[in-house]
Amino acid sequence: MGPQLATAQPDPGFSRLDEITVENAGRLVPAWSFRTGTPGAHATAPLIAGDTLFVLTPFPHTLFALDLTRPGAAVKWRYMPPPDRTADGLTCCDAATGGLAASGDRLYLNTLDGHTISLDAAGGQVVWDARPAHPQTGETLAAAPLVAGNRIIIGSAGDDAGPRGWLAALDAATGRQDWKVFDTGPDAEVGIGEGFRPLYDPPQARDRGVSTWPPAAWQQGGGGLSGAPVADPALGLVFYQTGHPAPWNPDQRPGENRWTSGIFARDAASGAARWFDPINPHDLYAMGASGGLLPTPDGRLVHPDANGFLYVLDPATGKMLSATRFLPVNAARGIDLASAVPIREDRYVTVQDRTVRDICPAWPAGSNAQAAYSPATGLLYIPAATLCMDMAARSASYIAGTPFGGADVRVKPAPGGEEGALIAWDIAAGRAAWTVPERFPLRGGALATAGSVVFYGTLDGLLKAVDARTGRGLWQFQATAGIVGRPATFRAPDGHQYVAVLAGAGGLTGTASAKEIDVRDATAARGFANALRTLPPPQDRSGTLFVFRLP
Amino acid sequence: MRARHLLLAACAFLVACQREQRDLRTDPPVAEALGQVAVMPGGIGGRPAAIDRALGHPYQTNAYQLNQGKRLWDWFNCSGCHAAGGGASGPALTDGSWRYGPDMVSIFVSIRDGRPNGMPAFRGKLTDEQILQLSGYVQAMGAETASTAAPSRNDTMQARASENRAPAAAAFPKQVSR
Ligand code: HEC
Repeated sequence: MGPQLATAQPDPGFSRLDEITVENAGRLVPAWSFRTGTPGAHATAPLIAGDTLFVLTPFPHTLFALDLTRPGAAVKWRYMPPPDRTADGLTCCDAATGGLAASGDRLYLNTLDGHTISLDAAGGQVVWDARPAHPQTGETLAAAPLVAGNRIIIGSAGDDAGPRGWLAALDAATGRQDWKVFDTGPDAEVGIGEGFRPLYDPPQARDRGVSTWPPAAWQQGGGGLSGAPVADPALGLVFYQTGHPAPWNPDQRPGENRWTSGIFARDAASGAARWFDPINPHDLYAMGASGGLLPTPDGRLVHPDANGFLYVLDPATGKMLSATRFLPVNAARGIDLASAVPIREDRYVTVQDRTVRDICPAWPAGSNAQAAYSPATGLLYIPAATLCMDMAARSASYIAGTPFGGADVRVKPAPGGEEGALIAWDIAAGRAAWTVPERFPLRGGALATAGSVVFYGTLDGLLKAVDARTGRGLWQFQATAGIVGRPATFRAPDGHQYVAVLAGAGGLTGTASAKEIDVRDATAARGFANALRTLPPPQDRSGTLFVFRLP
Repeated sequence: MRARHLLLAACAFLVACQREQRDLRTDPPVAEALGQVAVMPGGIGGRPAAIDRALGHPYQTNAYQLNQGKRLWDWFNCSGCHAAGGGASGPALTDGSWRYGPDMVSIFVSIRDGRPNGMPAFRGKLTDEQILQLSGYVQAMGAETASTAAPSRNDTMQARASENRAPAAAAFPKQVSR
C-alpha cells in the first residue's frame, strides 16, 4: 500500500453527480447553448464555480462568465486580455492554448502569449497580471495553472521552437515569482540538490541536464511542460510530464537529453527535484511524456503515455511498478522496468535523411485528450488515437521563434483502419475491460460520473455517452463542430445535473486564428492532414457551448 | 536534314540553359537593386524592382532560382510552420487563398517584414535575393498550371504533388479545410 492520496486534488475527469444514469442518459436533451463567435480549437473544458460557468476561447482569448441562475445563462461579464499576436504562429493542430483554474473567489488564467492573470471571479476585474513566458523565443503557456495552496504553478510550452522548458510557482496573492526551475541545464538551475533521489540515473552524477547533450544543445533543448501538473498535498509534491527535446531530429542531439520526455516530482514549496523517471529518453518521435498523470485512490500514479504504454508509479519514490502496452505499438518491444526505458525496435529508429515508415504509435499532437479514472468502476477511461506515422528526419537550424524541428511526418491509421478508440483500462488486471473503436482519433478528454456514464467527444462533432461498465452506447448528440476539449458536468442552481461541452474546430484547423490547412499536403498539420483527409468540415467555424439536461 | 536536327537540339539545349542558368555570385549592384520593390501602403501589392523586370523575372521563371527557394524553405524553418505548403501553425500557401496577396511583391513583403498574426520577419536573416527565391518558390508551390520551370524533386519524403505539375496536382482531390 502506497501513501494516501486521498487529499490529492480530485480528478477533474470524475464527478460524483449521479442524477444522470445509465438508465436515463438516453433521454438527455439540449438545455441551452452559447456561441462563442471565435473560430479555432476550443480545447479548454468549461469550468463551473458556484453559480457561474466560465468559457475560455482559443487565442486570442475571450473569457466569458455565464450566470447559471438566469434562464439561458446570460453573460455576466467578459474579459479579453490584449493579445500579443506573435503567439499565433506557435501552436498547431488542436493543442491547448492556455487554460483556467478557479480557487476561492479568484480565477487564474494562462494565456497562450505568456501571461498569467488573476481575476476576481465575481466581476472579472484583474487582480494581477504577470508575464512569465515570451513568445518571441517560442515560449507559450498551454496548460491550465495548478493552484497548490498559496502558490500558482505554471510551466512553459513550446518545445517545437526549442526554448528551455521550465516550471515556476507564483504567489497567488501578488503574482510574484516564488521559484523557477528548468528542465535542462546545470543542476543548480534544474533544482537538483540534496533531496534528489533518482532511481534511474546514477546517484552521484552531476549536471546530467548538460552532459547528456552535445555541447550547449541543452540551451535550445525544449522539454517544457506537457499536459497539466498534478499536486499531492499530503506528500507536498507536484508531478509533471516534461515535453520532448528539440530539435525533433534525434541525430542532432545524441545522448539521453535529460530531463526532457520524462516525469518529474518536485517539492511544491521550493521546486527542488525529488525524483525523475525517464519515460522516452533521447526521444525519437517527439512523444514528450504526454498523456496525463492520474492519482488513484489506492495511492498510485497512473500515466498512459503517448508511446503506447500505461505506467503505474509509486508517487513517493517514482518507482515504476508496471508498464503495459495499451495501444498498437511496434517502435518498442516493451519497457525494461529495471532502467525504466523502452526496449526499442531497431528498424523503427529514425536516421537522418531517410524515411522510416509505419512507426506505431504516431507522435501525440498535443495532450488535451485527458483520461478519466472512476473510483466507482476502478477503470481508467483513455480517449486514444490509434495512429502510426512515417517520419523523415532532416537537419534543422535554430532560429529563435521558429520551429526547431527537422522532421517531415505523415500520420496514418494503425493496421485495422480505425484511428481512435475509447479504452476502458482495468489497471489491476493490466488489460482493457472494453474498447469502443472510433473512426477518428480522440482529441478531447473523457468524463466519468458516479451515475456510471462516460462522456466524450469526437473530431466529427459527436458528444457520446456510454455505459461505464460495458461501453454500450447510451446517447449521442451532433454538435456544430469537432470536439477537442473535455466535457464537464455540474449541478445547476435549480438542483439538477447538467452536462456541458465546447465544440470548436477539430483536427485540421490549427488553434490560433483557425489556420487554413490544405490536406493535399500529407505533412500538413504535422502530418495529421494525412490521417484526417476524410474529416468533414465543421458546420460552423465558431465554437459553441452545448448544455444538456434530463427532460 | 541531319544539320536541322542538330540545330534544333542546340536550340533546345540553349533554351534549357537559360531556364536553369545560374550565377554563383550575384553582382553586388544587382543584389542591391533587387530589394527596391515599391510597396503599396498597407503592405499588400506594389511594383517589383526594376532590375527584376530587366532580368526577365528570373525568380519566377528560372529553375535554379526556384530550387534555391525550395532549399531555403527547409533551411529557414518555413516548413516548420507551413509544412510542405499545406500549413500547420502557419496557414496553407497552396490552397489558392491569400491573406496578403498572391503577387511577388506581397509575398516578398510577407517574408521580409513578417505579418502581425504570427509570421516572423526574416529581414536580416535572409538576403533580398534569397527572399525573392523563396517568393518564387512559394508561388510555384501552389501553382496548378504547368510551367517550363520547376524545382527538383524532394530528396526524402514526397508530401504532395510536385510543384508546377498541373496534371499531377489535379489528380489529388482538392479539399481544403478552413
Ligand atoms: C513561426 C511560424 C512561421 C514561420 C517560421 C514562417 N511562417 Fe509564414 N506565416 C506564419 C503565420 C502564422 C502566417 C499568417 C500571418 C497573418 O495572418 O498575419 C504566415 C504568413 C505567411 C505568408 C502570407 C500568406 C498569405 O496568405 O498572404 C507567406 C507568403 C509566408 N508566411 C511565407 C513564409 C516563408 C517563406 C517562411 C520561411 C522563410 C515562413 N513563412 C516562415 C507562420 C510562420
